[in-house]
Amino acid sequence: MSQLLHASLDQQQQNQQQSGQYDQICTRSSSSSIPATEAAEPAPCPGQRGRSPRRKWQVFPGRNRFYCDGRIMMARQTGVFYLTLVLILLTCGLFFTFDCPFLASNLTPAIPVVGGVLFVFVMGMLFRASFSDPGVLPRATPDEAADLGRQIDSLGCSRPPPRTREVLINGQTVKLKYCFTCKIFRPPRASHCSLCDNCVERFDHHCPWVGNCVGRRNYRFFYLFIVSLSLLTLFIFAFVITHIFSSAGSNRTGFLSALKDSPVVVCFFSVWSIVGLSGFHTYLISSNQTTNEDIKGSWSTKRSKDNYNPYSYGNILTNCCAALCGPLPPRSVRSTIRTKVRSDVKHTSEDPDSDVQSAPCAPEVSARGTTRFGY
Amino acid sequence: MDVCPQFHNLQELRHSASLANKVFIQRDYSEGTTCKFQTKFPSELESRIERTLFEDTVKTLNNYYAEAEKIGGQSYFEGCLACTTAYLIFLCMETRYEKVLKKIAKYIQEQNEKIYAPRGLLITDPIERGMRVIEISIYEDRGSSGSSSGSSSVSGSTAR
Repeated sequence: MSQLLHASLDQQQQNQQQSGQYDQICTRSSSSSIPATEAAEPAPCPGQRGRSPRRKWQVFPGRNRFYCDGRIMMARQTGVFYLTLVLILLTCGLFFTFDCPFLASNLTPAIPVVGGVLFVFVMGMLFRASFSDPGVLPRATPDEAADLGRQIDSLGCSRPPPRTREVLINGQTVKLKYCFTCKIFRPPRASHCSLCDNCVERFDHHCPWVGNCVGRRNYRFFYLFIVSLSLLTLFIFAFVITHIFSSAGSNRTGFLSALKDSPVVVCFFSVWSIVGLSGFHTYLISSNQTTNEDIKGSWSTKRSKDNYNPYSYGNILTNCCAALCGPLPPRSVRSTIRTKVRSDVKHTSEDPDSDVQSAPCAPEVSARGTTRFGY
Repeated sequence: MDVCPQFHNLQELRHSASLANKVFIQRDYSEGTTCKFQTKFPSELESRIERTLFEDTVKTLNNYYAEAEKIGGQSYFEGCLACTTAYLIFLCMETRYEKVLKKIAKYIQEQNEKIYAPRGLLITDPIERGMRVIEISIYEDRGSSGSSSGSSSVSGSTAR
């Protein structure tokens, strides 16, 4: 006992001797409360004043586009998103301009009000789903990738080296795959989006209509968008039909009349797909599955009798509440925080505060059209 | 708030404390996708810090993350309120997760100042690594010769 006490006292004395030598390690965290719009910090050393600060989103390795100084994050191809915007704005615009005056005066003024509220909610959810970070996992730093590589090599000399890890989650064996692009073992339910070239947490699917991936951070906005859009579509469809039948006696021929009635056509064709999609996602939410898992049949009993979803809470209500009202994690890829991209290789590897993904070999990129980083 | 008097001193004194190695504490997925880190004590830290201190740090961090991701009355209330305001309420209010992350950042800084930096270690906040790993940087002192015997065995065992 006394020997252990002496040993621990010696250790403490050694630590105290060593502590003086390590006082110069700066413990200021790079993540603590740096507002996005803060002005650039001055260079730490007089000799390094020549380096201009770059924002993290400017050197982001994925194939995303950033707007508004990194606050808005979208996929590269946004053409279909603009089509979605045009369809919604045009249809609602025509409805509010040509049908609402008649309906408000002949039926009730509540119709344009409810329509307006639905429209604002739909647009809000669309923008939130399109512009949010879906839950992108930042790529491994070179040190992390090297450490993982060493772990994989040390597991054995089998060729090819094992690129999967098995974990037991709530009694179910889940395989974690190694992502060659991001150099990480993907967490459960994460998947790599080939269009955006990122690993996304709880990856559902890449939605071209929304112009972004749907993942952990924006799934609820996507779901509320399609549900509210279903309601809006049905609402407009119902009331335009009402208007048409109410004014059946009057002259309704000609191009202008056709234009006024076009919301009906748009709504008729889109209601099937949107309502169907809402129903599908309601089923997914109630069983706590992602589109990715459902398509692959990951938890289907057809694979094996013992197969079950380890993430489900067992209760439809809890699953729904968890998906829609659960805590919203903040973005891990903190694209709006300024960090200095060091062109000096030696300083980058030694500085613990420098956590920019573009370490030594990466080229600098411009603000728009981020290039892929070849690892 | 800094241990070192000014940031540029770290640059000037870098020759006497250099980064030797980094240890990565991986996630523990046994309870699902909730954020939890493994409490297994890495062998590289055996000569640098006591096991109990390390385990306490990781367990406290796990508790913080569990608190942030807890699904209960408060999170439902926050979610419903946010939904009814079309999520505009988050323009003037921060989410519970963000509040807990600030507490975590403060805790990590305090641990670094009190426990880890005096032992030549530095914990990086997991949010900087996408919540995938806790990165612990191991520094070795190149200045003095007497006390470097422990650290040289660490750097000697891993190839860089």
